[in-house]
Amino acid sequence: MERLRRYSQYFFAIVANSYWMFPWKGPIYRGVIKHVCLPGLNCYSCPAAVTACPLGALQNFLATLRYNMSAGCFRPGFYVIGALALAGSFVGRMPCGWLCPFGLVQEMMLRLPLPKFRLWRGFRIGPYLFLGLFVIILPLAVSDAAGFGITWFCKFVCPAGTLEGGIPLLLMEQGLRRAAGLLFLHKLVLLVLILLLSAVISRPFCRAVCPLGAILGMFNRLSWFQLRFHKDRCLDCKACNTICPTDVSFFDGADDINSPACIRCMRCVAACPGGSVTIEFGPALEPATGESRTDEKNCTCHTQQG
Amino acid sequence: MQNERIRPLKYLPAITTAAALMLIAAGLWAGEARDVWQKAVSICLSCIGIG
Repeated sequence: MERLRRYSQYFFAIVANSYWMFPWKGPIYRGVIKHVCLPGLNCYSCPAAVTACPLGALQNFLATLRYNMSAGCFRPGFYVIGALALAGSFVGRMPCGWLCPFGLVQEMMLRLPLPKFRLWRGFRIGPYLFLGLFVIILPLAVSDAAGFGITWFCKFVCPAGTLEGGIPLLLMEQGLRRAAGLLFLHKLVLLVLILLLSAVISRPFCRAVCPLGAILGMFNRLSWFQLRFHKDRCLDCKACNTICPTDVSFFDGADDINSPACIRCMRCVAACPGGSVTIEFGPALEPATGESRTDEKNCTCHTQQG
Repeated sequence: MQNERIRPLKYLPAITTAAALMLIAAGLWAGEARDVWQKAVSICLSCIGIG
C-alpha cells in the first residue's frame, strides 16, 4: 500500500508538472488543461505546471469579488469550491496523502536521518485560521480604491509558490531576479524554515498551515470513501498511532478515524496486525461525533439499509 | 431510534457530490473556468514573491 501511495505521489507530481517545453516555448504552460484545478498544492506559476492551483484561484476570485460586483458580475469561485467539494465528496482528504506534490516534498525531507519530534496537537487549528484569515477574510476585506484585493496566502505564506514558481523563474528570467526584494526573501526564509521543520516533524505544513488540507479535511466524514475502526479487533499495540504521519489517535478514542486531520495515507490499514482498520466506499453511517465508527450495530445497519 | 439517527447521514455523500456538481455547473455558467485559466496562464507575481 505504501509503495503504491509513493508511486501515486510521484505520478501526480510528474503529471501536474509535465510541461517540459518551457525553456523553448515560454516560461509557462498556456494550454486547455489549465482550466482544471488539481486538489493539491502545486503552484500554477511553476514553469512546468499544467493545472491550476485551487487555492490561488479561489483567493483570486475573492480578491476581485468587490470589483466584479461593482461591474455587475458575481463570481465568488463556485467553480473552484465545486471542484474541491467534488474531490472531497469522493475521497475526503486523500489527495493530501496521495497526490499533493508539496506533501511529497515534506515526506522526502522527513527521510533525512535526523531526530524526529511530534507536533503539538493544538497546531491543528492552524489550517482553519489560515483558511479563514489569509484565504477568505483578508482577500475579501482589504482592497484598493478600485476594489482589487490581494491573494494574501499566495503572497505572504505559500511555500509551494516559492519552491515551484519563484526559484525556477528567478533562475530563468533576469528581469524577475532584478525585481526580487524583501518579499521574496521573506518567502524564501519561510520555505527554508518549513523544509527544515519537515526534516524533523512529519508534514508540519499540512498539519499546521495548509488551508487546502483544511477544506478537504471537512469532507472526511462526508465522503463516499470511509475508514472504519473495529474496536473489537484492536490489540492496543498503538501501531496505527505510531505510524500515522498526522498523529491521528483513534485507537484510544481521542480522534475519530475519519478525523479532518487524517490524510488517508492508509498506513494504519497496512500496519494494524489485527486488521481492525478497514476501508469502505459508501455512505457514512453515524454522526460526526468524537467517537470512532466502532460497533457492530452500525455494520448491521449499513447492510440493512444498503 | 438508531435508524432515525442514521438515515439522514446515509445520503450525505450523494448530497455533497450533487452539490459539488451544481457548484461546478454554476461556475461554468458564470464563466469562472475561463477566469481560472486566465489567472493560471500568466506568471503570478505574488505567488513567486515578486509583487
